Amino acid sequence: MSRTVLLYAAMAAALLAVGLLQSWPLALTILNLCLISVVMALGVNVQWGVAGMFNVGTMGSAAAGGLAVVLVSAPPVRAAWTTGGGRLAIAASILLATTALAVVIWRGLSGNPLLRGVAVAATGLGGVLLAQHWFLPATAAIEAVDAASAGYLGGLGLPVALSWVVGGIFGAALAWPIGRLTAGLRSDYLAVATFGISEIILAVLRNEEWLARGVKNVTGLPRPVPYETDLQAAIWVQDLSAWLGWPLRDTASVLVKLAYAAWFLAVLLVIWWALDRLSHAPWGRMMRAIRDNEEAARAMGKDVARRHLQAFVLGSAIVGIGGAMLVTLDGQFTAGSYQPLRFTFLIWVMVIVGGSGNHRGAILGAFLIWFVWVQAETAGLWLAATGATLLAPDNPIRLALEAGPAQLRYVLMGLILVLVMRFSPRGLIPEATPEPPK
Amino acid sequence: MSDVLNGLLHLTSMLVIPGLAYGSQLALGALGVTLIFGVLRFSSFAHAEGLSLGTALTILFTIWLQGHGVSLGVLPTALLGMLLAMPVMALIFIATDRALYRHFRRINARAEVFMIVSAGVMLMMNGVIRLMIGADGRDFEDGARFIVSARGFRDWSGLAEPLVIKTSQMLTIAVAVLATAGLFWFLGRTQAGRSMRAYADNRNLALLSGVDPDRIVRLTWVLVAVLSVLAGVLFGLDKGYRPFVYQQLLLPMFAAAVVGGLGSPIGAIVGSMIVAFSELALTFAWKKALAYFLPAAMAPESMMQLLSTEYKFAVSFLILVVVLLVRPAGLYGKVSR
Amino acid sequence: MSFLKAEGLVGGYGGPPILNGCTIEVDRGQIAVIVGPNGAGKSTAMKAVLGMLRLTAGRVTLDGRDITSLAPQGRIRAGLGFVPQTENVFTGLTVFENLQMGALLRKDSIEATLDEIYALFPILADKRHQPAGQLSGGQRQQLAVGRALMTQPSVLLLDEPTAGVSPNVMDELFDKITRIATQGLAVLMVEQNAAGALEIADTGFVLVQGANRFTGTGRDLLNDPETRRSFLGGRV
Repeated sequence: MSRTVLLYAAMAAALLAVGLLQSWPLALTILNLCLISVVMALGVNVQWGVAGMFNVGTMGSAAAGGLAVVLVSAPPVRAAWTTGGGRLAIAASILLATTALAVVIWRGLSGNPLLRGVAVAATGLGGVLLAQHWFLPATAAIEAVDAASAGYLGGLGLPVALSWVVGGIFGAALAWPIGRLTAGLRSDYLAVATFGISEIILAVLRNEEWLARGVKNVTGLPRPVPYETDLQAAIWVQDLSAWLGWPLRDTASVLVKLAYAAWFLAVLLVIWWALDRLSHAPWGRMMRAIRDNEEAARAMGKDVARRHLQAFVLGSAIVGIGGAMLVTLDGQFTAGSYQPLRFTFLIWVMVIVGGSGNHRGAILGAFLIWFVWVQAETAGLWLAATGATLLAPDNPIRLALEAGPAQLRYVLMGLILVLVMRFSPRGLIPEATPEPPK
Repeated sequence: MSDVLNGLLHLTSMLVIPGLAYGSQLALGALGVTLIFGVLRFSSFAHAEGLSLGTALTILFTIWLQGHGVSLGVLPTALLGMLLAMPVMALIFIATDRALYRHFRRINARAEVFMIVSAGVMLMMNGVIRLMIGADGRDFEDGARFIVSARGFRDWSGLAEPLVIKTSQMLTIAVAVLATAGLFWFLGRTQAGRSMRAYADNRNLALLSGVDPDRIVRLTWVLVAVLSVLAGVLFGLDKGYRPFVYQQLLLPMFAAAVVGGLGSPIGAIVGSMIVAFSELALTFAWKKALAYFLPAAMAPESMMQLLSTEYKFAVSFLILVVVLLVRPAGLYGKVSR
Repeated sequence: MSFLKAEGLVGGYGGPPILNGCTIEVDRGQIAVIVGPNGAGKSTAMKAVLGMLRLTAGRVTLDGRDITSLAPQGRIRAGLGFVPQTENVFTGLTVFENLQMGALLRKDSIEATLDEIYALFPILADKRHQPAGQLSGGQRQQLAVGRALMTQPSVLLLDEPTAGVSPNVMDELFDKITRIATQGLAVLMVEQNAAGALEIADTGFVLVQGANRFTGTGRDLLNDPETRRSFLGGRV
């Protein structure tokens, strides 16, 4: 326990040091992203630490959660609905009917595998071509509506905090079919399938402009906290600023970031509490039993595939919530910013470093790794700049140094990941139960 | 009659030859995936990065060779550069194995652990590639660009549709055929290859038979290095080298290996062709071809394109899903749980 | 002094010892069978002879040479041939390739040995280019024995060679094993089907809790009412 306290205290001290030495807004920015990372890391930890599953699709869940923010809280674009909504609905119903027909054919022709395959493929092709007849003009019309600022269907205009719940539902809804598909198969298949689905989600988000403007980004999403300019106009903020002796802009910025932190902390505590309850419930004990000895658990009549599916869906839902929170913090949805390195593998580093199976560990790991991720660039840039001044401007080593720090972060993260796996597989805060996943 | 000929030429230039070339590139990559899976029993998430690193090294060697005035005439100089890159990649892979994977083999770690470690290797390789060659693209093809150019063929044949064959495409197909023939000869006809298959098939019995596991693992990485450099360089020659595009090859390569059955070399090749041609066929605009083949009255109005090209990677996933639903063991694989 | 002798074996898999001082021995041209109730350590004793187990006491000698410190591969080089109970062929390799793998440690020509094995198991000659995975259960066992014989061992160790095969095939296998022994090999096998195995055995070792309970010729053990009642059940 004392080790945990010590490590948490050290982390807090590091954040305080950033506040004192660099700036408070920066420290709070890091804190907020740490909190979001914690939520995502908890989701991955449910899958890996608790159930022993390797999910490589975290990015997809996070992006789906982000999309939820757009669909729930962005203002609706009525013109787009009137011009394209009807045709889009027709296309959607054709696709639904095609799917239903394909399922019927699939079931009906179970005796003849070749004919069945051909018939289902032909149905699918026909359905897609038919739906395109409405779909393509509809999306073209939608994307033409006020293309510079809208060009998409917009959202429902509901409060943004609601979108976090929806983000969780999106994450779960995407995870369920993948989990079903790979249930009972070697873990490689889950990994490959999750990796694939997350790439496809991203492809959809980047290319379907009518949905969330693709790479043109949705900006100006509503936020659950006041705007800096409104705060700067408030008397009490001006008083506070004078009392602190800070510039007004910094004061307002810090207040906004603190408000975000309060929201995120509240969500985090709810998730933490729920997970803690779960892990002490029979469900949690069963999950650990399955993870530590799958064969024995199966022999005792535990439905391993079903438990795995539950953990996978739950974890993905939590990551989806984190993804929604991240988009809310940014105030914009940028489909181009989702990269597997940042949204899948970095989260994995957090969980592994912190100590898998143990939520306290995952929380610490998320804080630590996000901190290192952000500060490594700063430190690297400073080192490179210092080193570079000693060299001639056209020296290739200097050029590499100047380009290097951003890239070195990846090397550093990979190195941390494999070193922890190799030399300290139980992480910084090991799980209290005897056996870590081997 | 000339309509049908034009239609066939159009399909050959735009679908068949590009499909064979892309399928060959995937096959060389998927063979690596399946070898690693068969012998070392895990799916390496660093595999696409391996292709990329091999290509980056080849580019550096090629630049160095060109600086010394070395050239292969009509063929790209990169063919020589990759011969230099192969041993370097083999050393990198073997060193990685020594430092990491071997430890986890010894403690008999779960497949997930290997995959996580391979993800760490992927991150490191990714950073190294960026440091080495930057994040931007690079075109490193020299020599003659086309074997059959559009203009030349049209003048010769008098047909409306040209036949286009790029040097890189024919080179890819030829090299892939040679490389896979060599691989199958090695696996089937040499004692080392037989031992490798035996080790993949039944590890304990292979050990009892006197197979040296360290040697098998080293050999595997050498083969993977050769295949990775070939796949990466041929892909780069064909489509231009951009480090990030290689990450997107991971899913098609995995899909191809799973379709064929993880661990089966012949399956990896068949699977790659299935993935490559499905990708192209589903994202191909069939309008022109149909116009040639169908009577004028039935010519389609729309593009007759099922999926926009941005979704070509979704096709691999679709195939993957179908295989997992229908036959998880793949075409040539054993069911592994 | 017997050709192969494993005496006073004590050891297990890290937990409490499974072998408690048992002794097994067999001479060239003879068949020895280890029988006993479930969990008596029969297979474990065989693994100890092969060196797949860490012994805390006891020693194994082959033709008077102490091989206790050798790893399994070294013991196979020294002349032991081993047929595991399950997964004893390479299913993805052809019959011929399986036999080639069996001879991996040999540097000389294997043609003569191949001919001998094909003569002993004609079915393997017929199916030499088929994948082993396509063989029937009995054919697989024959291949597994053939594979082990490729090193020209002086001792053949068989771990339950008749597990899961039909009675007809079992008789055929026992017949082949007898022929192998008459060619001058020492054969040591663990058998669940004690009655059948003791029929052809020159020596039978009855193990209980990792120690020798009865030792005698196969015939004696079969005829001894006490062993029959205790360990051979009603199956005789």
